[in-house]
Amino acid sequence: MTSLDIAFAAVGTVAAASGLLAVTTRHVVHAALWLVVCLGAVAGCYLVLGAEFVALVQLLVYVGAVVVLVLFAPMLTRAPIGPNDEVTTGVAHRAVAGVLGGAVTGLLLAVLLPVAGSVRSRPGTTSTAVAEQLFGTWVWPFEALSLLLLVALIAAFAVSRMARDGQAASAPGGTTAPGATTAAGTASEGPAEEVAR
Amino acid sequence: MIHLSGPYALAAVLAGLGTYGVLARRNAVLVLIGVELVLNAANVLLVATGSVGADTWQAGNVLALFIITIAAAEVCVALAVVLAVFRLRGDIDLSRAAAGPAAEQTEPAQATPLAAESRR
Repeated sequence: MTSLDIAFAAVGTVAAASGLLAVTTRHVVHAALWLVVCLGAVAGCYLVLGAEFVALVQLLVYVGAVVVLVLFAPMLTRAPIGPNDEVTTGVAHRAVAGVLGGAVTGLLLAVLLPVAGSVRSRPGTTSTAVAEQLFGTWVWPFEALSLLLLVALIAAFAVSRMARDGQAASAPGGTTAPGATTAAGTASEGPAEEVAR
Repeated sequence: MIHLSGPYALAAVLAGLGTYGVLARRNAVLVLIGVELVLNAANVLLVATGSVGADTWQAGNVLALFIITIAAAEVCVALAVVLAVFRLRGDIDLSRAAAGPAAEQTEPAQATPLAAESRR
């Protein structure tokens, strides 16, 4: 039991506890905020494991960008403020889900703990070494990932445009002129539809 | 010096919690939170195995960075789909989707006002 083990146990407990709260709370917004705590604690775990760059990217991209997106979704979908039973399934369904989640944990523990072995030394991984490998060995996967991000952005835009066009076309009594698929037509009809609801 | 059983146990617990979150939630955004927990379990495992032993290509760290990037792209598309479903149906309840398509095909005009009423 070294000091690193104790530090990892502390941040790991925080991560596991906040993850449990994130999947069990009945508040939609609280779930996203507990996810922030969980991801921050996981970033602390990376720091303890000696991967500073991954920890910083976790904080920047996950806590900074992904969770902000997840927090925006309840606002845009008008999630109810306060506890709500509608967000979870029934008791029987949750029991089955708990059994399956426990089974996943047990399976992974049974596979991983025997190969964990004894205490091993921790060679420090500097950011320079990570950068050299990232732009040396891994440069083509890295470029493919940048392409994937671009495709995901365009796909998200296309999906939201398709939904808006479909709603404008199927609006009862709506003045769907032949040119309604233009950006101006859909932009002027979209907010009106939202208000009418 | 660090013992590997701690990171492995955390990865197993996070994967189990994420699986429970995916299966037990009806709100689509909360299902997404479960997916994020599973992805973080994979990341913890990668960084833990990369931080011990000889990692010549820094595969643990670099693949963890790749997973973080893919998760960002996945959340982007998933939230676009969630918002599109919300615009079309008026809610993002996933367990209602099982009975949804038949009702929406027969009476598309009444499906949305009923859903809007039930949300209030």
